Amino acid sequence: MRRGVWIGLPTPILAAAIWLTAGSHGFRVNAQQSPVTEVKIDNFSFAPAAITVAAGTTVRWTNRDDIPHTVVADDKSFKSKVLDTDEKFSYTFSTPGTYPYFCSVHPKMTGKVSVQAGQAQ
Amino acid sequence: MTKTRKDEILHDHNQDGIDRRGFLKCMAWAGTGALCVMQGGVLKSYGLSRLAESGTAAKAGELSFVQISDSHMGFNKPANPDVAATLKAAVDKIQALPAPPEFLLHTGDISHLSKPEEFDTVDQILKSTGKEVFFVPGEHDVLNDDGKQFLERYGKGSQGAGWHSFDKQGVHFIGLVNVMNLKAGGLGTLGHDQLEWLEDDVKHLGSSTPIVVFAHIPLWTVYPEWGWGTEDSAQALAYLKKFGSVTVLNGHIHQTMQKVEDHVTFHTAASTAFPQPQPGKADSPGPMKVPAEQLRSVLGITNVSYVKGRQALAVVDSTLA
Repeated sequence: MRRGVWIGLPTPILAAAIWLTAGSHGFRVNAQQSPVTEVKIDNFSFAPAAITVAAGTTVRWTNRDDIPHTVVADDKSFKSKVLDTDEKFSYTFSTPGTYPYFCSVHPKMTGKVSVQAGQAQ
Repeated sequence: MTKTRKDEILHDHNQDGIDRRGFLKCMAWAGTGALCVMQGGVLKSYGLSRLAESGTAAKAGELSFVQISDSHMGFNKPANPDVAATLKAAVDKIQALPAPPEFLLHTGDISHLSKPEEFDTVDQILKSTGKEVFFVPGEHDVLNDDGKQFLERYGKGSQGAGWHSFDKQGVHFIGLVNVMNLKAGGLGTLGHDQLEWLEDDVKHLGSSTPIVVFAHIPLWTVYPEWGWGTEDSAQALAYLKKFGSVTVLNGHIHQTMQKVEDHVTFHTAASTAFPQPQPGKADSPGPMKVPAEQLRSVLGITNVSYVKGRQALAVVDSTLA
């Protein structure tokens, strides 16, 4: 998990690392290898609301509503910017566990990602 | 609307000036441009065709102000592709009022996506009223930056996330913020710090001081399934128990609704941008598309006036049609 590796690094080194990995291929250099699972945001709900994925899977949320939403982990371990209509947010789950999340704009909207051990196919 | 003429006090069995059937009719009309007036415990309802009569009362009033809400500047979906035009229509409506309001309250969702240009557009349109505007944020105004921009623009002299109070002609106004730090599965939240501030803010006031509370999300539970309520509003209302007249003005649900509970009148304003469905009447609270020619009849402004010596404030909704 990238975040885990970088914790504790001084800010200038962290900034340099981000700059280096950004490159011409985009921010997420390993995106090509990790499988992607889609979650739609529609009618003020996440669909499917609960998913189970293998560690290393990238989950991609797409907002299909006329109203902006966010994707925020209950423990704030991941947090999207606000997503307007058709905007997407991706996050790669490296560590097994259960990740409940919600829309911080409409907190009645909740979802859950269960990440299982073992490398994603 | 000729039949509205008969809908004032139909039955007054308790001789208290309150007719429950008449009251229900008043509520039923709230969404169609009816006018509800409660003064000295007497509730009257008028159709819009009789607005002139209320105008007389408003002129005699010592304080009159207008609430607007949910302008959602930046929204451009089918439910209303031109929210700037409808906000301008609201301004025209305000300027045509028989008794000019002293100031405006905006109960949040000024912008749709918290973009600087969205706030700029609203400021520009509202400037043409020449009136002072008091704001509280909606959840759409504090996206991405925890409300920093909102505070920079509108939070001068406020506390915390933008809560504040002020006095106008003997009426105490309290702007509350219930859109910050929302928790998964929960409703709007005021939070401990704000509640403490509120308790302190009203402590020194006499119980005869009329109180107006304004906040974005309703401070009464309208429909929790859609998040239309505030977790800790009961605590806030407990601090206001001693007051004989409390008027609570909210937005967020894009439709007018009123409830009277003891000495507290709860009222939600229409949006100036797009309507939302009645509680539970759709799969989600998303923007409701109505035929273009009907749009302005489901948007509106709320005019509030206070007459000294009367117990409650008169709350009048009118549409932009």
